Amino acid sequence: MIELSDVLVLAALLFCISVAGIFINRKNVIILLMCIELMLLSVNLNFIGFSHFLGDIHGQVFVFFILTVAAAEAAIGLAILVVLFRNRNTINVVDLDTLKG
Amino acid sequence: MLEQSIFYIFAALLVVSAGLVISVRNPVHSALFLILSFFCSAAIWLILQAEFLAIALILVYVGAVMVLFLFVVMMLDINVSTLREGFSRFLPVGLLVALLMLVAMGLIVGTAHILPDTGSVAGQVESGIGNTRLLGRVLFTEYIYPFEVAGAILLVAIIAAISLTMRKPRARRTPKPGNQVNVKREARVRLVNMDSATGNTGEQQQDD
Repeated sequence: MIELSDVLVLAALLFCISVAGIFINRKNVIILLMCIELMLLSVNLNFIGFSHFLGDIHGQVFVFFILTVAAAEAAIGLAILVVLFRNRNTINVVDLDTLKG
Repeated sequence: MLEQSIFYIFAALLVVSAGLVISVRNPVHSALFLILSFFCSAAIWLILQAEFLAIALILVYVGAVMVLFLFVVMMLDINVSTLREGFSRFLPVGLLVALLMLVAMGLIVGTAHILPDTGSVAGQVESGIGNTRLLGRVLFTEYIYPFEVAGAILLVAIIAAISLTMRKPRARRTPKPGNQVNVKREARVRLVNMDSATGNTGEQQQDD
């Protein structure tokens, strides 16, 4: 029988992998977006695990909304990426210093 | 027992593919491994009796979002080698942070029993109502306003993505209707007196 802690440990592992991915691939914006998607996936796994083990459907409703917002975020992020590449001809984070930050 | 072993197989595959997403060299391969990890997590969601969301994850993510990712990755001409410069330099820091977070989270969720061992009691099995019907019943009554806000968010995302990436149409030689209406007869027609006997065009020049 699966226990709740199995699911939670798996989600924590996934979250840590994606945090490490953000640290490692900090130059490539596309990989950064993919790491954010992995993070949202691990959070969704937590929600679904709690929803299953508590017998409560509301967690799955939250997963539904997270999926919606994540899809919108990916679409806008990739559109910004395409415009960025068209204007600057690079997606290296180091080169994106127009705002002098 | 079978259920548990299936869960562990998919969990191991999920962790391995997530590790490959952040570590492979080619962004196309990492997008493909991300698709694999979405499939594995959809299988785990199926085990956890969230059937509708598992199907939605595959349809929405693998079918739409990851296709968009692959499209963008393949469309942009990326120089991979310059993007990979700091890989070995940032590797220890990233692993250290990830290990610290993992230990911190594992101390909380790994050992302690958060819930009493009541077993898996999703109410949907006993009541005989499917997951989709249960979810829809909650979504369209209790969460109807958030549902509509989610639709508005998707609409905003569509408009934003299109307006960001659409190029302005090039300047074409289109006729302007106002100028066409306002044109005078003198601009179009010119009457020329020609002497038919001699065919002399010298007078024509003077007429102008």
